[in-house]
Amino acid sequence: MQQIIFIVLTGIVSFFAYKKFSQIYRNIMLGKSSDMSGDTAQRWQNVIFVAFGQKKMFKNWIPAIFHLFIYVAFLFTQVELIEIIIDGIFGVHRFFAPFLGGLYTLIISSIEVLSLLALVATFVFLYRRNLLKVPRLVKSELNGWPKLDANLILIGELLLVTGIFTMNGADSVLQGIDPTHYPETGSLAISSWFGPAVFGGMEPESLMFVERFGWWLHLLVVLGFISYLPYSKHLHIFMAFPNVYFSKLTPRGEMENMPEIMNEVKSMLGMEADTSATSGGEMPEFGSKDVFDLSWKNILNAYSCTECGRCSAVCPANLTGKNLSPRKIMMDIRDRATEIGNNIASGDLKYAKTKDNTDIKTLTADNYDDGKSLFDYISREELHACTTCNACVEACPILIDPLEPILKMRRYEILTESAGPGDWVPMFTAMENGGCVWQMPVEREAWRAEV
Amino acid sequence: MTIKTMAEATAEGIEVEVLFWVGCAGSFDARAQKVTKAFSQLLDKAGVSFAILGNEEACTGDPARRAGNEFIFQMLALQNINTLNMYGVKKIVTACPHCFNTLKNEYPALGGNYEVVHHTQFLQGLLNDGKLKVEGGSFKGKKITYHDSCYLGRINGEYEAPRDLLTNLEADLVEMKRCKTTGLCCGAGGAQMFKEDEPGDKRINIERAEEALSTNANIVAANCPFCITMITDGMKAKDKQDDVMVMDISEMILQSVK
Repeated sequence: MQQIIFIVLTGIVSFFAYKKFSQIYRNIMLGKSSDMSGDTAQRWQNVIFVAFGQKKMFKNWIPAIFHLFIYVAFLFTQVELIEIIIDGIFGVHRFFAPFLGGLYTLIISSIEVLSLLALVATFVFLYRRNLLKVPRLVKSELNGWPKLDANLILIGELLLVTGIFTMNGADSVLQGIDPTHYPETGSLAISSWFGPAVFGGMEPESLMFVERFGWWLHLLVVLGFISYLPYSKHLHIFMAFPNVYFSKLTPRGEMENMPEIMNEVKSMLGMEADTSATSGGEMPEFGSKDVFDLSWKNILNAYSCTECGRCSAVCPANLTGKNLSPRKIMMDIRDRATEIGNNIASGDLKYAKTKDNTDIKTLTADNYDDGKSLFDYISREELHACTTCNACVEACPILIDPLEPILKMRRYEILTESAGPGDWVPMFTAMENGGCVWQMPVEREAWRAEV
Repeated sequence: MTIKTMAEATAEGIEVEVLFWVGCAGSFDARAQKVTKAFSQLLDKAGVSFAILGNEEACTGDPARRAGNEFIFQMLALQNINTLNMYGVKKIVTACPHCFNTLKNEYPALGGNYEVVHHTQFLQGLLNDGKLKVEGGSFKGKKITYHDSCYLGRINGEYEAPRDLLTNLEADLVEMKRCKTTGLCCGAGGAQMFKEDEPGDKRINIERAEEALSTNANIVAANCPFCITMITDGMKAKDKQDDVMVMDISEMILQSVK
């Protein structure tokens, strides 16, 4: 009976998780293709040091250590999860124990120690978020769902650790009572004393129930976690790795060139231009108005964001009370991509471009138009407040670049809409007419007469 | 001293070692002009043969590009590259980290490939080669704090050359809490220099000036004309303009050169 429930439940969760993760993949691919050139060895080096090694986290020791506890505990617990899956499907108990012997004791003991450390870390994180109120963890863009999301995952973590110790604790007592059904695990680091201390003296039936309760609690938290992840910032546990791999390798100070404009200007200046890259008559749109005009890497960045706010905590605009928060930019891009993805998945033709409505049979990314854009999420004031100082880029532990989408949206505003801050108009005019940021009455080289 | 333009040098058949890229601020802004002059004098003292583009130089296009105006950026950049390539320029030195970044990192994609160094890096080279010699003198024992510009520091990873120069002045170098990779912006980058601030609680340059004041330094050393303007304004707003000087490192070197 337990086997059937296990298989059906795991099957259902896996199916929906697969669907949901495919949806996220499609949402990311709403973006434009992106240059993938660059040193593959450098990319792998980043994955090893920045993603696996958490190198950038250690710029801030306290959260880095506690995060490391949870991270390593999570990695190790996967071994136990494999056993749970095998036990669940085949109706066996602690499948690996007899094969691995002493090694099994070592692995499960490590998981127990790490789980205890993760438990401490979870309390520390709940404290930092809800009582200590670390500034970056209580900024306004986290009000509502993001705040709840962060706490829910921490509560899930508490449940998971409770499950592990209940299961192992009851099991170590049962090993003494019924060794044929409860194979010897050796003396486990924590449950060997925790089990007898808490569950010692209980009836075997009750103990068996407690053990099953712990086992199922563990499993249900894991299944719940898998189902919940696609809706949560905790997606970073998977996304951080591809995100780091695909991160920008060109110099930080280099903005992506726009060959179509370069060639247009070249032919304007009478220079030889590669005309294949020009727009060819039709009025082109430049920059980014919506996620369709971002690169898929920008959207991958957005889905990888853990909302930790290290970027916003160092943003000079944010620090001085301006309306810009790099974290919010990433959250907005993600939420917009999710909105579009869900609408496209609904197939509702009211989201199709109205012009030739009669001809549209299916809603796709190409004919999608809900009358909204990223500008409905991100205000111009936010975009105009950025100093391009790259503090946010430097701060992100998983190499997210919040600056690139800001600059792409500025490009849309200036190049496509001919809008933007009025103060910039005299600067543009001076640059265009006199080749200088200011309109100057004197010659550029006048100063040299005074040296 | 006479400073030649590339056109003059070429006409006289002189091949210069390095082109000094002056930039808009260095050419026109009264405060930044002093830095331009100081650096020119240092080049002269070190016996470096150099020239400027003079009236043939245009803005690199950095503020236009970061404001989002790629057309104007391309226009200026392509013209500049045309000029630079015409003179066969190989090495460029500039006292502006924004010019430095654009020339170094953005011109290659448009066909402009040069060896580009910031003036603090160039000066470090001159000191190391013994072409310039400094003694502490006026800065000995003075408290100096160094402000990392974003475009030299965080964006191009140069934290040591300017600090190395300051160490040569035997000054007492004190770091602000936010320095090097976490250095706080002065508030001018991304074309903010040319517009009013967005609504907020405080100006960024005031935040930075306050941080510099908290070190009790007598001098804020900088490497960027826009940082100098911003922090000087910040000091004025705090009514500390008479107590704290904001100087470019080249000016400090010039005062200490033997």
